[in-house]
Amino acid sequence: MSHFLRRQGWVIGLFALLIVLFIATRIIQPGYGSGDFGSLARAVLPYAFAVAAQTVVVIAGGIDLSVAAMMALTSVTAASMMAGASEEHALFVVPFVLAMGLVLGALNGLLIVVTRVPDIVVTLAMLFVLQGAALLVLDAPGGGAAGWLKALISGTVPIPGLPDAVDAWLPKALLVLIVCLCIIWIPLRRSRLGLSIYAIGSSELAAFRSGVPVKRTRIIAYALSGLFAAFGGLALTMSTGIGAPIPGPYLLASVAAVVLGGVALGGGKGGLLGPIVAVFVLRLVRTDLTLLAIDPNVTAIIEGAIMVAVVMFGAFITMRGRQ
Amino acid sequence: MSTSAITSPPVPFGRRIKRFMADRPLVPLIILLVILVVILQILRPGIVNERWIANTIKFAIPLAILAGCQTMTMLTGGIDLSVGTVATMSAFIMATQIVNQDPSVAFLLAMMPAVLIGLVNGIGVGVFRVHPLIMTLGTSLIGTGCLQVYQRTVIASGAKIPDFLAWLGTGVTWGFPNALLLFIPLAALIVFTLARTGFGRLLYAVGDNERATRLSGVQYWQVITALYVTSSLLAGITGLLYIGLIKAPSLSLAEPLVLPSVAAAVIGGTSIFGGRGGYTGTIVGALILTVLTTLLTILQMPEGARRILFGLIVLFVTAAYLRIVEER
Repeated sequence: MSHFLRRQGWVIGLFALLIVLFIATRIIQPGYGSGDFGSLARAVLPYAFAVAAQTVVVIAGGIDLSVAAMMALTSVTAASMMAGASEEHALFVVPFVLAMGLVLGALNGLLIVVTRVPDIVVTLAMLFVLQGAALLVLDAPGGGAAGWLKALISGTVPIPGLPDAVDAWLPKALLVLIVCLCIIWIPLRRSRLGLSIYAIGSSELAAFRSGVPVKRTRIIAYALSGLFAAFGGLALTMSTGIGAPIPGPYLLASVAAVVLGGVALGGGKGGLLGPIVAVFVLRLVRTDLTLLAIDPNVTAIIEGAIMVAVVMFGAFITMRGRQ
Repeated sequence: MSTSAITSPPVPFGRRIKRFMADRPLVPLIILLVILVVILQILRPGIVNERWIANTIKFAIPLAILAGCQTMTMLTGGIDLSVGTVATMSAFIMATQIVNQDPSVAFLLAMMPAVLIGLVNGIGVGVFRVHPLIMTLGTSLIGTGCLQVYQRTVIASGAKIPDFLAWLGTGVTWGFPNALLLFIPLAALIVFTLARTGFGRLLYAVGDNERATRLSGVQYWQVITALYVTSSLLAGITGLLYIGLIKAPSLSLAEPLVLPSVAAAVIGGTSIFGGRGGYTGTIVGALILTVLTTLLTILQMPEGARRILFGLIVLFVTAAYLRIVEER
């Protein structure tokens, strides 16, 4: 029973929590409507990709501290390449930036496998390196973004046959998020590779003895993390129209959402849906705090405290599970 | 002499060098420091004089104390990324509270956030077993938020740097920086604690084999909590020293020191996995980084390249130490 609850009930519970929060939001601000939901979806977008990046690695039994720095680097690269360039140029920039994330992520994994230094140290060193690289690309916030990219996440999706009132609740940003994640995650989850990622996270030795190519799988897991982080960096550039070289608070947020989403920090457990819902929960809490007219700085403190509490709770659960 | 050379089994030269480096990390570190100073002297003839040395030591001291926090936490297999925020908070609170308060009251107020953050870090790491990196990152985020709120309440009263701190931070007496008055006893205390006291031994023990330590009856969480509170207090004191040196209170005062402090401890031979290392190496590491920073500034290397270099240093040194340990 508890096993079933832990597997499925967690995500269902999170959905319930999300709905409760939506109701609370409507009570606080009766005018909260589709437009506000659209801006919530836009705000969630970079966080969601950061969380996806973290989730893949955590499931594989590691942790990626360079997520936020990777997003900063990909964001400034995209912004500086698109600044003053034609709209068509962006068609070339997007795949380039995504490939960059993939390669840098694979480099993370390769360094871990080759040097045998623990992932937490390697990704910490990479955090410094990527931060530095981001500063080399742009030393102050700047650059630009193509118009069609910005338009990609603003507004709503008109679906023929549905009334406007329903359409309004389907922001483009949400659709972009779902499409990007599904294209990568669903085939992965169903493939042999996805199974290998879960296997090395669950028990590296057992996976190795069952013939799973542990090293290759680890490198691929980090490469996917880099790819998701690059999506996140693009999302940052798309929503702000510029690139900023100083990483945002995405590292702690991604770890907190992963824990809240029911992915064990030890690895091998959980899925992508839980963490993504968890991001919405965390963002909606922030919206509510803002709607309650709380000082934005105090909001930052409360948000940080919630994230720390969630991580502490997750570590506590992991510890209890081991005993 | 010759007989011992014949009887001892031949050891390959490279292996012997590695073993020597592992046993006495101070010697290669000091050689590296001298090489860096020589390169500096060649690039800018005449730059290395009495004033330059005093200046370098002055800037190396805050870094060395913060690297001491990293050394102690790393000995247990941890890390303390909140030192930058703690130092900034204590510096900012000191500079703003001294305006209306008695210096001793201001000092106590400035040390309060340090104790609080250290306590939360210690409980999170020791009791709840959160990874130290995540935990200290979280508390530093909360601390920065608190500081921003605090800044609004004191925006009217202004800030000033206490004369005593300015004297301590920037003053030079007979060619020696006054900051040494604070640093030498502090460094001696850290070295003594690590090498000669039970607490120091516990830190090494916890980092070396946590399970064995716990089975021998050590209260893990008490050791860790005491450690992180100590680390935060040291960071708070660094903040006071640093504000005397920089003389401009800001909300990101000591933040740029966090990365080099980790690098200094790693260069100094402290293993990031715990159980190995010491403070003397870290002090030389901090000196090396300060000289290196001067060198990079002279070479007009941008801030970004500096960060990349620090990251690569951490990675390569860690990998090298891992190899040395594995060979034994």
